[in-house]
Amino acid sequence: MKSSMTLKKLMTTAIAAATLTLSTAQAASVYVATTAIVEHPALDSVRDGIKETLAENGYNDQNMKFTYESAQGNPAIAAQIARKMVGEAPDVVVGISTPSAQSLVSATRDIPVVFSAVTDPVSAKLISNYEAPGANVTGLSDKTPVAQHLDLVREFLPDMKKLGVPYNPGEPNAVAIVALLKEEAAKKGIEIVEAPTPKSSDVMMASQKLIGDVDAIYCPTDNTILTALESVVKVGIDGRIPVFSGDTGSVERGAVAALGFNYHDIGRQTGEVIVRILKGEKAGEIPARVATGSDLYVNTKMAQRMGVEIPQSVLDRATKVIQ
Amino acid sequence: MSLFSFLGTLEIGFIFGLVAVGVYLTFRVLDFPDLTVDGSFTLGAALAAALIIAGVNPYMATVCAVFGGAAAGLLTAWLNLRFNILHLLASILTMTALYTINLRIMGKPNLALITEPTVLSPFESLGIPNMYLKVIFVAVVVVAIGLLLSWFLNTQYGMAMRATGSNPRMAQANGIVINQKIFAGLALSNGLVALAGALFAQTNGFADSTMGIGTIVVGLAAVIVGESLFNSRSMLVIVISCIVGSLLYRLAVAVALNADFIGFNTSDLNLITAVLVGLALILPHLRREWKARKAANGGEA
Repeated sequence: MKSSMTLKKLMTTAIAAATLTLSTAQAASVYVATTAIVEHPALDSVRDGIKETLAENGYNDQNMKFTYESAQGNPAIAAQIARKMVGEAPDVVVGISTPSAQSLVSATRDIPVVFSAVTDPVSAKLISNYEAPGANVTGLSDKTPVAQHLDLVREFLPDMKKLGVPYNPGEPNAVAIVALLKEEAAKKGIEIVEAPTPKSSDVMMASQKLIGDVDAIYCPTDNTILTALESVVKVGIDGRIPVFSGDTGSVERGAVAALGFNYHDIGRQTGEVIVRILKGEKAGEIPARVATGSDLYVNTKMAQRMGVEIPQSVLDRATKVIQ
Repeated sequence: MSLFSFLGTLEIGFIFGLVAVGVYLTFRVLDFPDLTVDGSFTLGAALAAALIIAGVNPYMATVCAVFGGAAAGLLTAWLNLRFNILHLLASILTMTALYTINLRIMGKPNLALITEPTVLSPFESLGIPNMYLKVIFVAVVVVAIGLLLSWFLNTQYGMAMRATGSNPRMAQANGIVINQKIFAGLALSNGLVALAGALFAQTNGFADSTMGIGTIVVGLAAVIVGESLFNSRSMLVIVISCIVGSLLYRLAVAVALNADFIGFNTSDLNLITAVLVGLALILPHLRREWKARKAANGGEA
């Protein structure tokens, strides 16, 4: 008897609580529900970026209900959050990070899902391709925007034909970036010359081999190369070949220029996609894409020493100029 | 709470019911605090996902996942029994090793199953909406396993296993090979937990290297909540109470998710869990104290 009483009480409380929430949720005209797998500075700034863009487009606390739930790093809770959100039928659900986005996509095939800060949405099976995602899903990847990096190098050297890339073939992340680089470079008519360097101590020699063969050197975000960045810079100065990087921190250490992104940028770009959906576009008809960066660092002294001029257009956009 | 959310809560609750039953087997039946489950839950998900992606039939993949989990349990038991490593420590070692093994099995931290066939695929042509289908499927599976398990615990072998946990010396004196029972119990427990992981990966569309974190706490919470509601020595009732405990735990989480109006949000979930488990532990104790006091007062009057 006693046990069934407790059970009944629990159930009643649960149902009462649920009805109360439902009744408070009605006032706003649009409803955007966001969730992330864990509270983490990068993921939090994605959320803040989203909110900021929504506010700039006229969605504020009066006319929009905006919720944010963190799954506390627990995929089972991510699944429960996804069910809860989908059950409330918001206008857009936003999944920040791979497991959160996957939970949402497996929970709904109708409500628009926008993913953000997912490195590889295709292999995460969120979408089948970037250009026309179809169905109810689109969003932003936080993969290194190599195409944009190539464009930056091209802005310095419009006639560039060959780009040298030192990297460690033992680093899966670097291997993935080089594969992407080759794909994008082919589209732009640039040839990638690989300089594999398994150890930091080999970086100097591998970079020297590139001199005379390539128009510029690009250092991907590869730990081996970034550790020995100074060796590449020295080779660049000696051979009068500009060295670029995928990491803004490298510019202070001697690279000519680098374009980086921060998670706030990704959030803002995600916000733009959400606004388009709120205005009536179908999620599946908005191409998914890799977030673009806006942190542009240039080093004027190094540009001079490596014999390259910084175009005015780059200087105008630069967020940090190192003299 | 919407119907959709409620059904999702039940679905996840049933799946974690298997974890609760597995934890009950080790903690209560064998008196062997086993933290291997944090690793074997992910192991089940990882094996099922990797095999399904490799083209293996989802049912076959799920069965392999169960055997993988059982092997993990055997490893913990072996470390404990053969080398005398403290049970808690042995299970922590296995759990730690499994993290790497799971990453190796998956090849990357996250495997997606959203577009792959799953154990649910054969039933999708029945025309039942997916939200009902998932919960019906897991409910049937979990209840069937619960019934089988309660039957097993009442067989002679099961009784011997229970005796091993409650009084190993007595059990041995009665001719029970206790080591064998511990091996079997841990294999069974971790096999069930791996099955939960495999089902979770398939109904939620992914396996992730982090998905096992906290499994033990959730399982324990469910066992304790169930125990405090049902006071019985019948194996059937106990197994059912584990599953009901898991459902109630998930409902409590869902309420916490929906409880913005009292100022709760998800970051408070861990505290809510702790308070819930704490209350479930304290209440029966207080109840006993009250009863004792009442009886004492009655005696005086």
